[in-house]
Amino acid sequence: MVDKKYLLTTAQMAEFVARGMLRFDELIPDSINQAVMAAFDAGGIEGAPAGTPLSLCYPEPDPIGSMLRMPEVQGIIHSLVGPDPLFDHHAIHVRQPNQGSAQGMHGDSIIDTRMHFDVQLMYFPHDVPLEMGGTLVVPGSQYRRINEMDIARYQNFAGQVPMVCKAGSLLALHHGIWHCGRQNKTDRKRYMYKIRLNPVVRQYRLWNTDDLDKMTGGQKRIFTRDQNAEADVQTILGRGEPWFEDAGGRLEIVNRVKMWRFLTGDENFDVHYWLTRLENMPERRLAA
Amino acid sequence: MSQQRQKILILYLGNSALDSNVKGWTLYDGTGQESHTTGDSDSPPYATGLDALLDGWRVIQFPQLIPPYPGMEYTTSFQMYEFIFEKLEAFNG
Repeated sequence: MVDKKYLLTTAQMAEFVARGMLRFDELIPDSINQAVMAAFDAGGIEGAPAGTPLSLCYPEPDPIGSMLRMPEVQGIIHSLVGPDPLFDHHAIHVRQPNQGSAQGMHGDSIIDTRMHFDVQLMYFPHDVPLEMGGTLVVPGSQYRRINEMDIARYQNFAGQVPMVCKAGSLLALHHGIWHCGRQNKTDRKRYMYKIRLNPVVRQYRLWNTDDLDKMTGGQKRIFTRDQNAEADVQTILGRGEPWFEDAGGRLEIVNRVKMWRFLTGDENFDVHYWLTRLENMPERRLAA
Repeated sequence: MSQQRQKILILYLGNSALDSNVKGWTLYDGTGQESHTTGDSDSPPYATGLDALLDGWRVIQFPQLIPPYPGMEYTTSFQMYEFIFEKLEAFNG
């Protein structure tokens, strides 16, 4: 069982629901980073058949296993997909030195309409400066229903995030998020290890929910732009992304509200009254 | 011999108005002078679609306004306001 102190907070979980991503800079110690790099250079890391419980993958002394068994990483995994999820697949992505073109923008796998979600961890075992690229992520894109490379025409978005980071950084991503590997303009190889995990339990209040009631709060004034207010769940879920269209951005808030209801079981939760208004269909008739 | 080649600019705008803000952008250069790829720029080439017109780009496609399919009213997918522009530039091939 993961110690509660390693689980995500409610604010972090809301951030994941809103943006489809959480980043943890320099989380993995250098000893593991070095061991992983040595294993990559020696020919790679052995995975497992799809559907294998994660606890059976990467036995000691596998350095990727050392990374995944860190309590901090276990806490992230548990919070998002629960205990001992299934290994789906992994990949060691390599961008060759001076690789001129980037990967096309895409969402992984195929179009996926579930509320239940898989998590993908991306691990960067060495420093990634901007000229080396880094994985590019489009925050808040995870609920868009597209099929893999159908979006390869999109080159740039306002607010896109190139993963420029120090060694040992980790990204936790919703399976639907739009991303790509940016071009590597250095004379060094760039590595990124990715693993996809499937939940085996209902994704219901898996994080540290001690502060859930306090963070959820009551209904807020409609259209409040309390960007400087305390970042409670409604504030976090109500923040738009720079690339959101004016009207479509409102639908993304509705998508987030639906996900928050799914994760908490709170069918009355709302942000800015967007869903409550639509759900108001009174049947009570006035007496004649 | 001088010929003309096409440059294509695709702007994803905030709404159906050409003078609304740029949210995403893509460039293809048929002259071969520039090479654009995914994630190569953090700032848009123009603030609005109209600004592109003012700089000499010609609009060759407006996005149609199509009502959502029944049952899909709250579903988000591709960027809806995709405006395609072109410029013809001299090419010495």
